[in-house]
Order: sequence, then C-alpha cells, then structure tokens
Amino acid sequence: MTDITTEKARIGAPSAQPFINGFTEEGESLSPLNAAESKSPLAGEAVKRHSHGGGVGVPDSSRAGRLTSYKLADFKPLTGMEEDWRFTPLKRLRGLHTEVLNGAAPSVSVTAPDSVRVETVGRDDSRIGSAAIPEDRVSANAWENFAEATVLTVPSEVQVDGEVSVLLTGQGTEASAQHVVIVAEKFSKSVVVLDHQGTAVVSENVEIVVEDGAQLTVISLQEWNDDAVHASSQQVKLGRDAKFKHIVVSLGGDLVRVTPSARFTAPGAEVELFGLYFADAGQHLEQRLFVDHAVANCKSNVLYKGALQGRNAHTVWVGDVLIRKEAEGTDTYEANRNLVLTDGARADSVPNLEIETGLIAGAGHASATGRFDDQHLFYLMARGIPEEVARRLVVRGFLHEIIQKINVPAIEERLTEAVERELAATNH
Amino acid sequence: MSTLEIKDLHVSIDTEQGTKEILKGVSLTIRTGETHAIMGPNGSGKSTLASTIAGHPRYNVTSGTITLDGEDVLAMSVDHRARAGLFLAMQYPVEVPGVSMTNFLRTAKTALDGEAPKLRTWTKDVKAAMAQLRIDADFTQRNVNEGFSGGEKKRVEILQLELFKPKFAILDETDSGLDVDALKVVSEGVNRAHAEGNMGTLLITHYTRILRYIKPDFVHVFVDGQVVEEGGPELADRLEDEGYDRYATGAGAATIAAASAAAQA
Ligand SMILES: Nc1ncnc2c1ncn2[C@@H]1O[C@H](COP(=O)(O)OP(=O)(O)OP(=O)(O)O)[C@@H](O)[C@H]1O
Ligand SMILES: [Mg+2]
Repeated sequence: MTDITTEKARIGAPSAQPFINGFTEEGESLSPLNAAESKSPLAGEAVKRHSHGGGVGVPDSSRAGRLTSYKLADFKPLTGMEEDWRFTPLKRLRGLHTEVLNGAAPSVSVTAPDSVRVETVGRDDSRIGSAAIPEDRVSANAWENFAEATVLTVPSEVQVDGEVSVLLTGQGTEASAQHVVIVAEKFSKSVVVLDHQGTAVVSENVEIVVEDGAQLTVISLQEWNDDAVHASSQQVKLGRDAKFKHIVVSLGGDLVRVTPSARFTAPGAEVELFGLYFADAGQHLEQRLFVDHAVANCKSNVLYKGALQGRNAHTVWVGDVLIRKEAEGTDTYEANRNLVLTDGARADSVPNLEIETGLIAGAGHASATGRFDDQHLFYLMARGIPEEVARRLVVRGFLHEIIQKINVPAIEERLTEAVERELAATNH
Repeated sequence: MSTLEIKDLHVSIDTEQGTKEILKGVSLTIRTGETHAIMGPNGSGKSTLASTIAGHPRYNVTSGTITLDGEDVLAMSVDHRARAGLFLAMQYPVEVPGVSMTNFLRTAKTALDGEAPKLRTWTKDVKAAMAQLRIDADFTQRNVNEGFSGGEKKRVEILQLELFKPKFAILDETDSGLDVDALKVVSEGVNRAHAEGNMGTLLITHYTRILRYIKPDFVHVFVDGQVVEEGGPELADRLEDEGYDRYATGAGAATIAAASAAAQA
C-alpha cells in the first residue's frame, strides 16, 4: 500500500455539520472528457496503474476491498472503529453483532396475486445465496442463524397488477434473524413492498435477483415501534437490461441500519436507489449503500432525503459508488440531502465515488445539509403562514420528492400521513 | 382608509457585548394612499425599523407603540401581523429549502385570505403578475428564493406584494442590487399595487435613484436610529446633491431631530 492508494480515484466528502441558511452544496460532475484527460487524481496514471479484483492487495479504503463472506467467523468482533460501523452506536444493536440470533423472527404474511409464487423454504434451498453475500458481521450473523426463508418468485414475462405486499411483524425483543429472497424472472414486471412493523430486534438479509429484461421495484418500509432494532442488508443482482428501483423508507425504530447493495452482472441494466428517513429525538437511522459498476454501460441514480428533529436524532448516509475498470460507459449520479429542523440533531453524509476508468458517460455526487431555522420561519410567517403550517410546508415539500417516486397511491398516502404524524409527535 | 402609526419607538438588540439600542425614539404615521420614503446612511437603523414592524424576534421593543387602525401591532405574532395587512419586502429575502414557489404562494394566499384562492383564477393571476415583472415561468417550480440572483429575489418580493395586496407595504431597499431595467420593472410593480388605491407604502432606501420611478409624498431622513429631518419630495433632491454628511450623528442628530420636530409643530 503505497502512495498510489491515496491518489486513486476517490471523491469522498465527509459532510459533517449542517450548514446554515438553506442549502450549501458540494458536488461535482465529471464529464467523460475531463475524466479521461485530466491529470488530477480523479483519473489518469494513478488510476490506470491500479487494479482491483477484491481480496489480496486491495486497500481497505476502497469499497472493492471490503470483506464478504457467508461465515460469521470470518468477520472480527466489532469495536466501532471499523469504517462501516464508525457511526453506529454498537451498544444499541442489542446483541445483533454478538449474540446467537435465535429469537423468533418477525412473522411473514404475504398478500400477492396468484401469478406470484410464494414459498417458505429451508436453509438448503438452492436460491439461498443467489444474489447476496454478507458484507458485514451483523449480516453474516443472520445468515448463520436464520431458520427458514421466504422466497417470492415473479415468473418469466408475468406482469403483476398491483403490488406484492410482505408484512413483517416483529415478535419481541429477542435477537433474531430473517431471510427473504425475491426473484424477478426474465421480462417480468412487479412491485414488492416489505412492510416492517411492530417490535423486533432483527438482522435481515434480503436477496433480490432481477433477471434479464425484468423490471422490479422493491419498497422497504421501516415503520417499527420505538424500541425496535433492525439491520437490513438488501442486495440486488441485475441481469442484462434489467431495471430495478429501490425505495427505503425509515421512520420508526430505535436503531435502523439499512445497507442496500446493487451489483451489475451484464450491460444495459439500470438501478434507481431512493431513500427517505425522518429521525426523531434519540433515533439512529443509518443507510449505507453500495453500487458496484462491474460491467460496461449500466446506469445508477441515487437520491436519499432525510429530515431530523429533536435532541440526539442522528442520521447517517454513506453512498459508495464504485466504477471498476471494466465499467466503461457507466452513467451514475448520487445525492443525499438532509433537512435539520431543530438543534441537537446530527446528520452525517458521506458520498464516496471511486472511478477506475476514464471512459464513462458521467459520474457525479452531491451532498447537502440544510437547516430549517428562525430565518426561514420568519420569512414564511411574515407572509401570514402560521408557524406549524410553515414547518409542515417545508418538511412535506422536502420529502415529497421521494414519496412521489413510489407510485403506489395507497403507500404514498400512508407515508404522507406518517410524515405528518412525525411532525406532530415532537411539536413543541 | 387605514393608518399605521409608530410612536416614540425604541428598539434594542442583544449582542455579545450586551444590549445595544438601535432605534432611539421613532415616530411616523402612514395612511392609505401615501408613500413615505425613509432615507439614511448604512447602519442608521432602517432595516431595524422594517423588521420590528414585521415582528422579527431579534428586535426588542423597549418602549413606544405601533398600531394599525388602533390595533396593537406589537401584541401580534408575525403571521398575525401579515394577516392584518402588513407586508415586508425584505432587504435580504431568505432562501427556503424544500418549498416550491407555487406551493408557497398558494399557502400564503390561503393564510392571508382565510380561504384557498380559486385555483383557475389564481394560477392565471400568478402567471400574469410574473410576466409583468419579467420573472420566468419556471420559477414557480423552484424552491423559494433558492439560488435566485439578488435581482430575482427582489422581483419575487414585489410579485408577492402584487399578489397579496397588503394594506401597508414596507419595502426595505428593494432597489439595491438592481440594474436600471430591473429597477424600472420593480418600480412599476410597486406603482401598480399602489394605484389600486388600498395601500400605503414605506419605501426604505439608501439612494434617491428609485425615487425617480416611485414618487414619495414624504421624505424622512434617518440617522443613528432617529428621524433627523422630514419634508416633501424636494428633500430627496437635496440629499442627492449633499449626501448625509451634513447630518452629524450622536448628540448632534438629536439636536437636529428636536429642531426639525419643533419646526414641524
Ligand atoms: N444582528 C445584529 N447584530 C449586531 N448588530 C446589529 C444587528 N442587526 C443590526 N445591528 C446594528 O444595528 C444598526 C442598524 O442596523 P440596520 O440593519 O437597521 O441598518 P440599516 O440602516 O438598514 O443599514 P443598511 O443601509 O446597511 O441596510 C447597525 O449598527 C447594525 O450594525
Ligand atoms: Mg438595511
């Protein structure tokens, strides 16, 4: 690990503290031209000399070098110093990283049209492991401990009307493991909603396969009770020309940590990763995503928006996008925006864009944290708008951009109401 | 016919060095149909007066009164003052993240009128007002003031003035940062609102430039938190030639103020 490591194409921007007065933006957009010709560390020699295959010789600081394994023993016990755990209060994981996860997993109830196959299978089912491999200790712990898995299959060329609804209801505070597999076969089209409710302490692995030409939307709702702890690794593998839309909505729970990963295996595929979170006093809501551009001509678009209010409300967003050497023609953009509504809340936002080839169509990232402060309030009130309405106006407007991407009216409505409740809950 | 009356207003702010008195006894009466210009050097307290009328929490009124048709304005919350008919076009309009102009304008209009405007006519009104102020139609999709240039922000303030139809408009240096064309466009907007006959205007400015387009009935010279001289439009012309230098600050200002008050009486 020489100097080359630090010179490699990495655009990282720890965002840190909220800026005042609306949004200040940092971000950049790299045109293929300047990425190819520039002598900056973003491209050129340093990049070309460096290769990543994962494993030996790959520096820790690159997402490509992250350890993945099905075996819990391969992951060292957590200290909190690890790059991917440095923002997480381990004490509040309630044993998901240390205990045997043998509590009762959240119950699963699926509502789906007949055209969708719903199965409950054992650990030895061939579809287990078809899209995911644990990327951290908590995920590996669930993999080692889950008793049975729910497998949803949308058969080839089937277009599902309405959404497939998977209700996962927590069974209490015993640490547990959950496993879900979603397979969208060739040229199918469907929407799946994972609806997490109740009280649980659970580590969950969701494997998602989107086969050639299939279109799948997965909406993961975390509307847990206040005492829930949830770690969820949601990994998707995309075939040729596949389209995947992922929407993560975290509202309830003491600690929720969702880690979506998208892997392209053939050209022409496209992912959209959206997220919405609203943290109240004391809540820790974390989202760390990874988009692995390992093949040419794929597209990714990421937008996460979060609101925070109340003392010690904490949100974390880390967006790792890796464009490997082979991934020529990649087009990617990632952005995270946070709105801090009160003092005492903290939003961490870290976009990481690693680019190993200059021959891309586009790559950009942005991170902005704005504050809703007395000046905003004064401005709106000076136009006759009462304080409560002003606050709602700002938050609603801000989060609506994500809600409207859901395209399932019932859920859009439900989330709009949930956001209103969040606002009302901590009215002061 | 309405009256906005400011009597012997004293205002201070809390700073790290302690309490600082900024307005030191300001009296002013504005009636419907009148345009009053307040002119004064930087730091004389013009914005403080404007913000205090609008109710900005930063400013503490230590004595004096503000009434609107006899109603105690100081007892009203910020939004209540706006609904009572006061409008402040701010010197530095605030960027509000997450709220589109469309949504903002409609919400404000609804709050001001107590009922939602009829969608069809409202959209038409907004479009027409924007066109007259040469504001691009796509501004409605953007967030309030976010990324607007200084001049664009000022136009949008006047857009609101025209749409909200207040009883009294306080324009805090609406002219600053505008080029000649924009100044004309904005002045026309103010004049249109005024011409409807239901509005009084308090026009705060540092320069006389805007007074070529908006004719004041009265001019008040503001120095060090006090009105040191008052007169008609001709006073503005004199300021253009002589500047503010002849108004001493401190004790001198108070003397002049007393003298001019005596002269008026
Ligand atoms: N937030 C503040 N903190 C400290 N001092 C302040 C603050 N606001 C106003 N002041 C002081 O109060 C005085 C009056 O300020 P104000 O903004 O009212 O002046 P102004 O006449 O509007 O000036 P300008 O022509 O520059 O707009 C100035 O001395 C200013 O420094
Ligand atoms: Mg000022």
